[in-house]
Amino acid sequence: MSDLLDTFLNWDYIAEVLPDLLKTGLVNTLVLAGFSAVLGTVLGLGLALLGLSHRRWLRWPARVYTDIFRGLPAIVTILLVGQGLAVVARPLVGTNPYPLGILALSLIASAYIGEIFRAGIQSVDKGQSEAARALGMTHTATMARVVVPQGIRRVLPALVNQFISLVKDSSLVYFLGLLVSQRELFRIGQDLAANTGNQSPLVAAGLVYLAITVPLTHLVNAVDRRLREGRPVRGGDTLDELEPARG
Amino acid sequence: MTNSSLRVADLHVSFGTLEVLRGVDLAVPSGSTTCVIGPSGSGKSTLLRAINQLERPSRGDVLLDEVSVVRADPDALRRRIGMVFQHFNLFAHRTVLDNLVLPLRSVLRLSKEEARERALGHLGDVGLADKAPYRPSALSGGQRQRVAIARALAMRPEVMLFDEATSALDPELVKGVLGLMAELSATGMTMVVVTHEMGFARSVADQVAFMDHGRVVEVGPPGRVFESPSSPRLRRFLDQVL
Repeated sequence: MSDLLDTFLNWDYIAEVLPDLLKTGLVNTLVLAGFSAVLGTVLGLGLALLGLSHRRWLRWPARVYTDIFRGLPAIVTILLVGQGLAVVARPLVGTNPYPLGILALSLIASAYIGEIFRAGIQSVDKGQSEAARALGMTHTATMARVVVPQGIRRVLPALVNQFISLVKDSSLVYFLGLLVSQRELFRIGQDLAANTGNQSPLVAAGLVYLAITVPLTHLVNAVDRRLREGRPVRGGDTLDELEPARG
Repeated sequence: MTNSSLRVADLHVSFGTLEVLRGVDLAVPSGSTTCVIGPSGSGKSTLLRAINQLERPSRGDVLLDEVSVVRADPDALRRRIGMVFQHFNLFAHRTVLDNLVLPLRSVLRLSKEEARERALGHLGDVGLADKAPYRPSALSGGQRQRVAIARALAMRPEVMLFDEATSALDPELVKGVLGLMAELSATGMTMVVVTHEMGFARSVADQVAFMDHGRVVEVGPPGRVFESPSSPRLRRFLDQVL
């Protein structure tokens, strides 16, 4: 029993790995996940709008893109983009695997985020866009000012879930080969675990992941609850107007 | 306010193989109010939606001040025609004030100050200036519909279309909205009102059009239409609703 405890919770190894985890790993993980989240969200919104187009030649590429990047294992995409495009990207980004790693993570995330946005936008009552069009607003203005803002608000919980996935999936950049200063949480934990034959550094890395993802999970729940139950904003004003304004 | 006459000639609208409008003719003189009555599915709402091109007519013509607009740019056309929907369709994510300001800014390109001032003026006209900072969800159905009317009027349309504007309201709220519509009619706005409120049609309308099976079957002043209907279908309809 004490052997088992020592394998997973050896405080000496945890104390040894913790400074690296926090100073290097956490920062790098957040950089990877953060940039991918932003890029993935922008691409995802574009994909959603293409996917909702009335023109088949705009809809189809979005459909195919989504099928491919949602259907492939993340590691396959990361290796194909990270290694496959390395030669082409070298003049631009040097040997740093981060730009291509972020690109690969963004491509994967955008496929999921695009579907989330599409569902959200489609769930907005048709009367909202009809009212905007009847007032003379153009299709673009109607989407930008009326439909998309309401659609996005509805899918915030699902979107945060996607960001949690990105934090976890950022560990896969490990497979692109990282310099010491480029190591993210998983790699730092894994390195010391491999050197010592003890899993405690990985447990420490896992705890740091949890320190990011668990608060995000609770944020999802809070957002979800707020959207569901409505929250007083101003004198009895609630957010339950997210339901189509009927009756 | 410049009000236009509206004329619809031989208007056809089909959804797939289903012909919903089968040659509608209707003339609404400038500054007058026409109420459109008829059974469910007779094409009343589709007629309004075809006038401002929310539905694309397959044949026929729509004329504003005797100028054909059926092939006009829909966005430009809709700036001239205001529409009020059964379910209000206020922008749920915006405050009451922003519901008016958004189209004023986006369509008419008014400055922030001008838009705000005009919006508050129109909200005041419908007695809801104090609701400006609230979300639509905080308002009653009647208040929401009055905001929707104010939103349409703020665009200074030449013609107003009302699509069963009181059908979704609780009975005690209907009167306020109908009163507002009657006031608007009295100011000389050109209005087409699809309604089940026969009392309103009788007292406010300059003419009443009865639609059935995608056509205007009978049209005339309310006194004649209600007191001495000539078509058997209209007689049957009035027997059912009155």
